[in-house]
Parts: sequence; C-alpha cells; structure tokens
Amino acid sequence: MDVHEYQAKELLAAHGVAIPPGTIAFSPDQAVYAATELGGSHWVVKAQIHAGARGKAGGVKFCRTYHEVQQAARDLLGKRLVTSQTGPEGKPVQRVYVELADPFEREIYLGYVLDRKLERVRVIASKHGGMEIEEIAKNTPEELLQVIVEPAVGLLPFQARELAFQLGLNLKQVSRAVQTILGAYRAFRDCDATMLEINPLVVTKDDKVLALDAKMSFDDNALFRRRNIVDMNDPSQSDPREAQALEHALNYIGLDGEIGCIVNGAGLAMATMDMIKHAGGSPANFLDVGGGASAERVATAFRLVLSDANVKAVLVNIFAGINRCDWVAQGVVDAVRASNITVPLVVRLAGTNVEAGRKIIEESGIAIISASTLKDAADKAVAACKKAG
Amino acid sequence: MSILIDEKTPILVQGITGDKGSFHAKEMLDYGSKVVAGVTPGKGGKSVHGVPVFNTVKEAVKETGATTSITFVAPPYAADAIMEAADAGIRLICSITDGIPAQDMMRVKRYFMRYPKDRRPMMVGPNCAGIISPGKAMLGIMPGHIYKQGNVGLISRSGTLGYEAAEQMKELGIGISTSVGIGGDPINGSSFLDHLVLFDKDPDTVAVLIIGEIGGPQEAEASAWIKENFSKPVIGFVAGLTAPKGRRMGHAGAIISSTGDSAAEKTEIMRSYGLTVAPSPAEFGETVAKVLQRA
Repeated sequence: MDVHEYQAKELLAAHGVAIPPGTIAFSPDQAVYAATELGGSHWVVKAQIHAGARGKAGGVKFCRTYHEVQQAARDLLGKRLVTSQTGPEGKPVQRVYVELADPFEREIYLGYVLDRKLERVRVIASKHGGMEIEEIAKNTPEELLQVIVEPAVGLLPFQARELAFQLGLNLKQVSRAVQTILGAYRAFRDCDATMLEINPLVVTKDDKVLALDAKMSFDDNALFRRRNIVDMNDPSQSDPREAQALEHALNYIGLDGEIGCIVNGAGLAMATMDMIKHAGGSPANFLDVGGGASAERVATAFRLVLSDANVKAVLVNIFAGINRCDWVAQGVVDAVRASNITVPLVVRLAGTNVEAGRKIIEESGIAIISASTLKDAADKAVAACKKAG
Repeated sequence: MSILIDEKTPILVQGITGDKGSFHAKEMLDYGSKVVAGVTPGKGGKSVHGVPVFNTVKEAVKETGATTSITFVAPPYAADAIMEAADAGIRLICSITDGIPAQDMMRVKRYFMRYPKDRRPMMVGPNCAGIISPGKAMLGIMPGHIYKQGNVGLISRSGTLGYEAAEQMKELGIGISTSVGIGGDPINGSSFLDHLVLFDKDPDTVAVLIIGEIGGPQEAEASAWIKENFSKPVIGFVAGLTAPKGRRMGHAGAIISSTGDSAAEKTEIMRSYGLTVAPSPAEFGETVAKVLQRA
C-alpha cells in the first residue's frame, strides 16, 4: 500500500524526523488559509498523488503571494496529473499540501528498502539528492553510501553517524542527520514499510536537516497490525476495479489487452497471460481467484473482468487442487447465467474431479468453448477474440 | 530416493484443530504420510483423525519423535509458530500460510542463525503448496494424484504452476522424485539454490525443473550456481513475461522493482548459464522430455 507525501511526513515526524511546516488542503480557499496559518512569505503547493516525478510534471508550484497559492491550488485540484511514473492516464489530484518554503543549501538522498537478497533492511544515502535514485546510481555510483541493518539490534547510532560524516556534514548538521536517519528507520520498522525514500533531505543555512519530500510503501501482509496505515488509504489513487477486487479479497490488475483472464493461483495466472501473448493475443488483466475458488468468488471475478469494455473474450483457467473442478464448473455456469455475458468464453479445467467438471459445463447448454490444455485454452481464446473483432 | 521427506518422515501438524489444518492432515494421512502429532495451544489431550494433539511443539517432539512440521497458522501468529518449531529441534518446517509480514520472516531467518549450520532447520515456504515425494509422502496441500513417481526434481515458487508442470510431465509418462514449492513471498525460508544442493546429492534425481517468476534475485543466483556446481541437466522457466513493472502480481514477492527482476531478464540469465529454458508454460513436459532424451 502507498500513501501520500504528507501522510509519510506525518509518520516520519512522529518518529523524530524534522519536516518543514505544512498543511493539507482540499480547496483553493483552504490552501490560502493554510498559508496564512503557516506564516512566512514563500510557500510551495504540492499535488498529492501516489506517484513521484511531480516537480517536472508541474505538480509542485512555488508561490510568493496568497493569490499565487490560491491560483496554484486551483490549477492542481480536480485535475489528473500525468508524470513519468503515473502512466498516460495520470492520477487525480484531490488534495494539495501547502508547505513553508525555506531556502536550502544542499540536497541529500536517503532511502530504506527491504533487500530481498540479504533479507535485511538496506539504507542508501548520497550527497547528490534531488534526482531519482536510478539517476544517482548511474551518474555517481562511487558516491552511493550503504548500510545494512542487523535485524536483531536494528540500525545502530554509529552506523547513522558514519553515514552522516560520509555525507560531508558539519558537526551541528551531523547530530541532526543522525536523529533523522535513526528516526526514519524506526518509522520504517514500526510501520512495516517496504520502501521509504526521503528525497531530497535538505540542509538549510541555519544547519537544519529537513525531509523535503517523502515517499513510503507498506507491506500489505502487515496491514492487519497497522490500522493507522490502513486509515491513510486513498482509494481515488487506484484503479476502481482493483479497489473493488480488493474488497472481495481477489487479486486483480487491469492491463490494456482484450482477453479477460480468471485463473487460480498467481503463478498460473501469470503463465496464462504469457500463453495468451505466445498465441498472438493480449491479456486484459491479471486475476487470481485464489485457492478456494468458490462459486461466489468466480461470479465476482466475472463481474470484474466484464466491467472492462476492452474485453472481447474471457479465458477461465482453473487447476483444481483443494477446490474441485465440479464446484468451479458450477460456479462458472451460475455466473454466466447471472451475468448476461456477450463475449465468447473459453474454459479450461484441470486437476481434481476434472471429468465431473467438464460434464457440468457440457450439460449446461451454455455456449462455452471447452479447452483441455493451457496451450489449447490460449489458442482458442485468441481465435475467439479475433473472430469477435 | 527423494529429498526432504519420504514415507518414514514423522510429521507434526501445527494448527491441526483448525479447518485447514484438520482437512489437510487427513489428506496427508490418506496419501500415506506419517503424521504423528498435532499442536494447537490449549487443545492438548484431544485427537484429530486419530492423531494426538499437544499444547506445545516441544511436548509433541518429546512424545512422538516428530522431526518435521507443517504449519497451518494464521499470519499474525505464523512467525512465532515457526520459531517455536525451530526451538523444539524440528529439522524441516513447511509453512503454507499466505500473508506473513516480510519483517516477521526477516526475524525468523535471523532467529535460525542462532543454530550452527548442521543444526539449522530447513524451512520451505511460506505461501507455498508444500513438498511431495510422489508415492511416498506429502507435506502440503497439493492434489497428490497429479504427481507420478519418478526421477525429475521440481522446484517452483508458484503452487498451481507447479501442478501444471507435474500434470504435463505425467501426461508424457515422466515422474517426479520430489516437488518443492518454495513459495511466492519476498523472503522465503529456502531458495531454489538450497534445494538444488539436495537434488545434486540425490542419486535418483536425474534432472531438475525450476519454475520461477518475476521479482527477486533467486533465479539468477541459482542459475550462476548451477553453471559452476550442478552435475545434472536443469530446465528453467520464469513466469510473468506480460507483467507490468511495479505492480504486485498476486504473490507478495512477484513484483518487478529493479534491474534483473523481469521475466525476460531472468530467462536470459538462465540461458546464459546453460539452463534449457521451456519456451512457454505449455511446454514444461515436452522440454523435460527432450532434455531427458539427450541425457
């Protein structure tokens, strides 16, 4: 799960990381009020979306007057912001963050990730903040600083100190940077984050060390114990079909192809999409109905897949283990009867009770194209899709 | 022979009194697995399908001599159950649970480090279908009947894609020595590499099929090791050719987040290290058959 910049900053601040004063606003008037409350004479108005590279896309506006603040908020709110990370459809801007803009002297990069190879948290820092980490890693790989956290003891103060000194900070800045580096680690650990990026972390003229931008992603598997993170969820930032799927505990990811897929198991679902591609077609979605593919779940899956207007054919591929083919077949038949499906439907069943399952499909009288193998299923779905035009 | 489990392996089921634990304990017993004990805290003294239930893993191990555990424990308590098994001297822990927080798995792996290498438990999963040595024993939730006993080792991150491969092989008369589902999470108890080491030493395994997916460094790490150390032919496949970058494809670990994570890149790495790559997920069986003919 992802959160907005201002939410990540709230979490960081609660763990001892210094951030510039700022307020969230949902309307231009609120933005102006926020600026008056913050005081000062310069502000930035930042579009809050679940994607980076907002600056280059015009999503961050520097303002010198209340009027400019109002205008900036008006320009951003209610629009879709397209950045290099959002895809062509962009993300809706429904809130802006108004922040006090103080001049700064240096920009640092500070990031935390769960390293899958080491099975540890890795802290990455660089003197060259303000650009994307990929760029930093490409331009100045020799200056990339890294620290690995031992899970039994956590990030240690000496490790944070080493980083701070290597970043070339002065003594006053070092102690503040150490507080930031340790605080951000605690936020990462205590919120079950999988990624945390403070970019840039800025150093001001008066030696303050401030998190100017922040990005956090969280482990979906740990949300059961992170109520505060769940409460930060903003459904407007995800595909409405994906949000709906989540409510039914189905894994759905919308793509731009023409063949809707309903499969059990994530690996088989990916393989089914791959087979469609091999057969010359394109998958409209990833959908894992899970191990217990009950009739009701299959019905929900059909509704989701068919809500995509691009879908010209549907491929159901179920390899029954615990669940049995006859149950799934009944689910498919019921779902087809309940939804007035107009596109061709290809069903491939395998595994436990496969004969009984095929029989239910044949005897249902519904126009279902039966397939026996994965290849057969993909070929038939692609052919049906082409025929449907 | 087989790796990890056979018909003599004494098995303990953690969470045996729950719906899933009880159902699969029965399936395992029916398959011929030697299930000797169950553990559910607070349910000690009961029995499930004739299997005695204990309050703690230590007690179960002491009374029954169980060496191997399968855990059907809900995500919030799963890491604790795994560490309890390790502390009681269980040597092989298979975790079916889908949804264990990554930081919990990090702690579990760190906890295992307290044991010297020769006493460290082997963990399979989490979020996996388990292990099966066809014709001998099943430690998992797979449909046992789709596996034919034989000489090919199978290691797969995905459960159902592993089933797909097993059935394709069976259709062609090819059997399996042991099939291991290592699971779809970002931090696994054991990797492709851990099981390849075991298959290398197993005289009855003549070739191995490894089925990976997008995300993580495991496939590349295993391929490099195979090139240098593995004496038997290996067939590889990576699912997720059509997966978009940055999206989690069902499995917590199936996400393309950095260089080398995509299916195309991993497939190329496998090829460069001399693995025979199955051209599509519909050709697991045929590709294995071709490799066996050559060998």
